[in-house]
Amino acid sequence: MSGIITNDSVYQTDALIAEDIDAYLDVHQHKTMLRFITCGSVDDGKSTLIGRLLYDSKMIFEDQLAALEADSKRVGTQGQEIDFALLVDGLAAEREQGITIDVAYRFFATEKRKFIVADTPGHEQYTRNMVTGASTADLAVILIDARKGILTQTRRHSYLAHLIGIRNIVLAVNKMDLVDYDQAVFDKIVADYTEFANSIGITAFTPMPISGFKGDNITGPSENTPWYTGPALIEHLETVEVNSAVDADKPFRMPVQWVNRPNLDFRGFSGLIATGTVKPGDAIRVLPSGKTSTVSRIVTMDGDLDQAVAGQSVTLCFADEIDCSRGDVIALADNPPQAADQFEATIVWMADEEMLPSRSYWLKIGTQMVTATIQQPKYQVNVNTMEHLAAKTLDLNAIGVANLSTDKQIVFEPYAQNRTLGGFILIDKISNATVAAGMLHFSLRRAQNVHWQATDVSREFHAGLKNQKPAVLWFTGLSGAGKSTIANLVEKKLARMNRHTFLLDGDNVRHGLNKDLGFTDADRVENIRRVGEVAKLMTDAGLIVITAFISPFRSERDMVRQMMQPGEFIEVHIDTPLADAEARDVKGLYKKARSGELKNFTGIDSPYETPLDPEIRVDTVAMTAEEAADAIVARLIP
Amino acid sequence: MVDAKTLTHLERLEAESIHILREVVSEAEKPVMLYSVGKDSAVMLHLARKAFYPSPPPFPLLHVDTTWKFQEMYKLRDRMAQESGMELLVYQNQEAKDRGINPFDHGALHTDMWKTEGLKQALNLYGFDAAFGGARRDEEKSRAKERIFSFRTASHGWDPKNQRPELWNLYNARKAKGESIRVFPISNWTELDIWQYIHLNDIPIVPLYFSAKRPTVERDGMLLMVDDDRFPLEPGEVPVERSIRFRTLGCYPLTGAVESEAATLPEVIQEMLLTTTSERQGRAIDKDAGGAGMEKKKQEGYF
Repeated sequence: MSGIITNDSVYQTDALIAEDIDAYLDVHQHKTMLRFITCGSVDDGKSTLIGRLLYDSKMIFEDQLAALEADSKRVGTQGQEIDFALLVDGLAAEREQGITIDVAYRFFATEKRKFIVADTPGHEQYTRNMVTGASTADLAVILIDARKGILTQTRRHSYLAHLIGIRNIVLAVNKMDLVDYDQAVFDKIVADYTEFANSIGITAFTPMPISGFKGDNITGPSENTPWYTGPALIEHLETVEVNSAVDADKPFRMPVQWVNRPNLDFRGFSGLIATGTVKPGDAIRVLPSGKTSTVSRIVTMDGDLDQAVAGQSVTLCFADEIDCSRGDVIALADNPPQAADQFEATIVWMADEEMLPSRSYWLKIGTQMVTATIQQPKYQVNVNTMEHLAAKTLDLNAIGVANLSTDKQIVFEPYAQNRTLGGFILIDKISNATVAAGMLHFSLRRAQNVHWQATDVSREFHAGLKNQKPAVLWFTGLSGAGKSTIANLVEKKLARMNRHTFLLDGDNVRHGLNKDLGFTDADRVENIRRVGEVAKLMTDAGLIVITAFISPFRSERDMVRQMMQPGEFIEVHIDTPLADAEARDVKGLYKKARSGELKNFTGIDSPYETPLDPEIRVDTVAMTAEEAADAIVARLIP
Repeated sequence: MVDAKTLTHLERLEAESIHILREVVSEAEKPVMLYSVGKDSAVMLHLARKAFYPSPPPFPLLHVDTTWKFQEMYKLRDRMAQESGMELLVYQNQEAKDRGINPFDHGALHTDMWKTEGLKQALNLYGFDAAFGGARRDEEKSRAKERIFSFRTASHGWDPKNQRPELWNLYNARKAKGESIRVFPISNWTELDIWQYIHLNDIPIVPLYFSAKRPTVERDGMLLMVDDDRFPLEPGEVPVERSIRFRTLGCYPLTGAVESEAATLPEVIQEMLLTTTSERQGRAIDKDAGGAGMEKKKQEGYF
């Protein structure tokens, strides 16, 4: 390994530690921290580079090194030389595959900084891992194999880094040793990348020729690249500005995490300051209520503070007793963020199950948790070509732009201005999985301009006139189970009892209100959402609504249940074994589905999610339609 | 030296950990802090006290005891519970107790029954849905890939291929009934950060971390301390007084000491920085099952 200068002053010198540990600790105590990600294709040498950074900064101990040498000989890909990648690749599954499959975090330090590296995979299907790793990064190192130049993956990683708002991008042209440190190769790659970067809005990046394997331009200048006069990788990482320093210059915002109330004399509001600085005496405003007060104290266990800045976790006390709780945002009084309930956003889908427009998801942003529904995407982005494609939904690793609405106002700022108040996750309400990450662009309108129109004739009055209690009898079950037949009987019986009813039938609704919808999962969700809204209006009008829809998904049935007043939604599962329904096949649909003529047919090639805890379950094998109808009426009107 | 607006790495780590602790308390129904009395637990407890000050941390401490910890650990445990104003729950696996499971005769079964099984039993008994643990990502390779919020099935299993993505500092703490979360607030701290933080904040730690003359015997290349009279000495074997300390603390018959003269915190840090053996090497637990030992243990429910 000749010609490589390792700049020893970059790392802790053992001499200082040995001679004056207190002096060393003083230096270490004042280090700042930079978080960065490394991204590259499978063979660009990412793990090797990280292994090298750990090795050079003496983050590898002797016993680990011994294990590394043994492993290198056993499963390594570098012949007899040390395979640094083995140091970094952690989980058993990926050892077997020889690729990194997840985000791994690594730590090392130089004299000036501590670093946290997110090692993110280059494999095509793992966009979500890279977005995850990038979300906390101040800087991205995009690795390119000098022999291969810019690949599809390079474009994708750059796009994602830019999308997630990383301002510092390092273009590390790796494996320069394998192209004889040829300046022309490096210059060509930089020129190609510049053109591409400009096209997607990356205005600045730092290119450098390196070899992670040999160590060129990692800690100090390499004699192998005399034509390169820029900084070595570590020098650059030690000097770039970190996000929290930039955030400190923005207006003050702190999402409230927890209200601290040990006794009647103390009431503090705890949170992590997202942006800006705060001092006792500052005028603040609590959002979304808009109430104002002044900060009286910044309380910590080590004593009150004179000032706190972005990135610190603190507890604030106010001069006045005003309402403030988890989910609220404390902000500078004369420059507060807005609240809204409709937005345009970029969404990165992270779940195997595709996004369903109109389905309700939990949306978490800062410390606010609300219910959100997403409209059909305006477009999806092809992350390889950056083209905009038409899309009805988003599937795993897809990125798209869509409008979304929330069930109540959220305090927000565009993601480009504020990661904390603009970045959100979506959570599936049934599985509780994190299914997407998103970034708010702007609100579609000011929510404060939209009001509920107050009406004088109330829903109670409507119901009173009819002398009944409104309800929704929600029939669900397979096609051919007998939903329409039994629903029809129930309505007749209720009519004879002078009840005011209305039957919404699946087939009938599709002739009018929902004739624009098909039978894909996304359309089925929208079908049910609309029927739910109509049923809700009818209960407001005092009616007993009977619906007969397959409504195969639990989420949507639960969504409709949430729309209704407590106790007014009665789920009726018409439970017929698939074999029986198929044997009856009144409309001949099963036959068509089996032959492939009919797609997305529930029970055949589209799932039916059985109700877990329906108010009424009708076993059509054990009872006739007439008996079932009597039982349902008896349950409704005891 | 540093611009008032640029936080130091320790300030950022502290803020992140406090944020995590507060999120869990806000979103979980019944959190608990697993307290092992080691230096990482000491830092985690200190961070919890800071997070909720002037209130005491609004959850209990749980010590999953094996009955084989060092005497000085039990002493510090009881003292810290009292100082922090927190309830201390001590759990010992009754079956392990009845069967006399011990590290001398039962090897891996000892860890399995007292620690892995004991932890599961304790979590089930009290119905905790979130448990703070003091694991760090720099300790071991499979830890490096674990999330800060790590989900466990109702039977406490961990599926490394099915972890929730963690973006920004947004943690999804939602879970179904019976499922629980292990939360690691000090995931991003390194061993040096831990020591430096203890130094700066004057956090009490078990004196065994500092060098002193202690009775020892040598077993399989490990220096073990004879902490009480349950230690089975070979015929004619006499414990030797050596100047030793511990880099990591667990059950005394399983924890190797290092010979050292480091009697103060700066000396300990100095020795740590100049040493060439990694922290967990003193523990027997990581060595089973080849390179994937810890990963396997975690899938089975070990912390």
